[in-house]
Amino acid sequence: MNERNGKVAVEVRGVSVELGGRSVLHDIDFRVHEGGFVGIVGPNGAGKTTLLRTIVGLVSVIRGRVEVFGRPPGQNTSHAIGYVPQRQSIARNFPATVGDVVMMGRLRHLGLMGFPSRKDWQRVDDSLSLVGMLDRRDRAVGRLSGGEQRRVMLAQALCASTRLLVLDEPTVGLDLPAEHEFYALLRKLIRELTLTIVAVSHDLVALAGETDELICINHRMHIHGNAEDVIHSHAIREAYCCEFDFLAGELAHHEGHDHAEL
Amino acid sequence: MFEFLFMQRALTAAVLVGLLCGILGFFVVLRRLAFIGVGISHSAIGGVAIGILAGWNPLLSGAVFAVAVALGIALVSHSDYISEDTVIGVFFSGSMALGIVLFSMKSGYQQDLFSYLFGNVLAISTAELVALAIGSAVIMGVILLTFKEHLLIAFDEEVAAAYGHKVGALNVLLLVLLALTVVIGVRLVGLLLIQALLVVPAAIAALCVTNFRWQLLLAASIGSVSGVVGLVLAYQLDIAPGGAIVLVAVILFFVALLVKRR
Repeated sequence: MNERNGKVAVEVRGVSVELGGRSVLHDIDFRVHEGGFVGIVGPNGAGKTTLLRTIVGLVSVIRGRVEVFGRPPGQNTSHAIGYVPQRQSIARNFPATVGDVVMMGRLRHLGLMGFPSRKDWQRVDDSLSLVGMLDRRDRAVGRLSGGEQRRVMLAQALCASTRLLVLDEPTVGLDLPAEHEFYALLRKLIRELTLTIVAVSHDLVALAGETDELICINHRMHIHGNAEDVIHSHAIREAYCCEFDFLAGELAHHEGHDHAEL
Repeated sequence: MFEFLFMQRALTAAVLVGLLCGILGFFVVLRRLAFIGVGISHSAIGGVAIGILAGWNPLLSGAVFAVAVALGIALVSHSDYISEDTVIGVFFSGSMALGIVLFSMKSGYQQDLFSYLFGNVLAISTAELVALAIGSAVIMGVILLTFKEHLLIAFDEEVAAAYGHKVGALNVLLLVLLALTVVIGVRLVGLLLIQALLVVPAAIAALCVTNFRWQLLLAASIGSVSGVVGLVLAYQLDIAPGGAIVLVAVILFFVALLVKRR
């Protein structure tokens, strides 16, 4: 597992979460080290988004603990976390420029009645440069393509003192080239900013190809390990409740199947 | 016309209320709160009726009632069992019905009722104008100081919460400001039409320009201009000022729509 400097960015210990009286996560346990890129996968309804929301402090646990850089998520860690929730697109008529939207990520530094300074706008420009969108700073954000909007959301997430990037289905709605470009951008950000990234995706194969580690859950932990090992494991098939060859992209037949069982 | 003191007071009130409704209306349109605005304004009728029957200041009792309804809507609308628009419908029907029943208990011609329902800006006193000015200034001040947080919530409530902003409290604040604006605007156009002043100028601005800075300026300007032009027309044609003001705004909306479609 990736332990670039041995420091733990995210620690989830024995976490259980209930929503509306229903158990969504049970006894989830893992660590993400600083500088790592970890993917969280699982079937529909497995609790992946709930797990991300627990990490950023939007959902409370009923058992266990979550720590981000050694502290419970919330007010004290919100400045260190960049969060990009799942969304298809930004409303076409949302009345803000790309620069305005990225500045929103910096508001937590300004305080309730603070106003952005020149230094804050410079940070906006820096974030936009990182994601290759500086030339679109003054464009209406709703008029951008899906891929461009995704980059803007990334810039918004990076605009504060971000050390942990939490992404929920970051490539949903993107075509294959745009998806490839997006992952390349994430790899560049990890190198240049020493970021830690935790991402959820339903696209198991794409995520496995990009991340250092994979965590597979289906309300509980099924497996956490090196992406290559996880994708070939029996545990992941157990989590998805079917004998699916993720690399071939097909269900194995029960008679005379030839997929490797681990 | 302009040399008469009552007209000077009325025009000043029209400009102030137009500015206030234009600015607050920006969020009413952006966050699709139009129906909540209708609910709050119609609910205030119950509070006004209580004030008249009890011998209290009807605008004060209307304000307290409107704020209570706004808080009730905020509380109940997050339920899993019932949709927000249903909650609003129930609240405003109940409050209006309460107002009608209470007014029916008061014998004689209900001049008071009509002036609160349809406005009576030509009878506004200097003391009322001063109170209106102070109230408008306070509300505009609060909304402008918390503007960037409200804009982030309008963009993405989940991101705002993840970044440590007090989304629940800010949403409640917005509803309370909306309730107070409704009561402040009662004198100009009445409880039945104040909603139009909150929606129409901001809707025109959203049609014409794509940046929030210009939308705010345009909405506030159109709100004031509608107020002034409507009052002048009402004086010249001897028609109801509240209705005239709203009709001017609505005509401007259709002109803007036609120009946009060309």
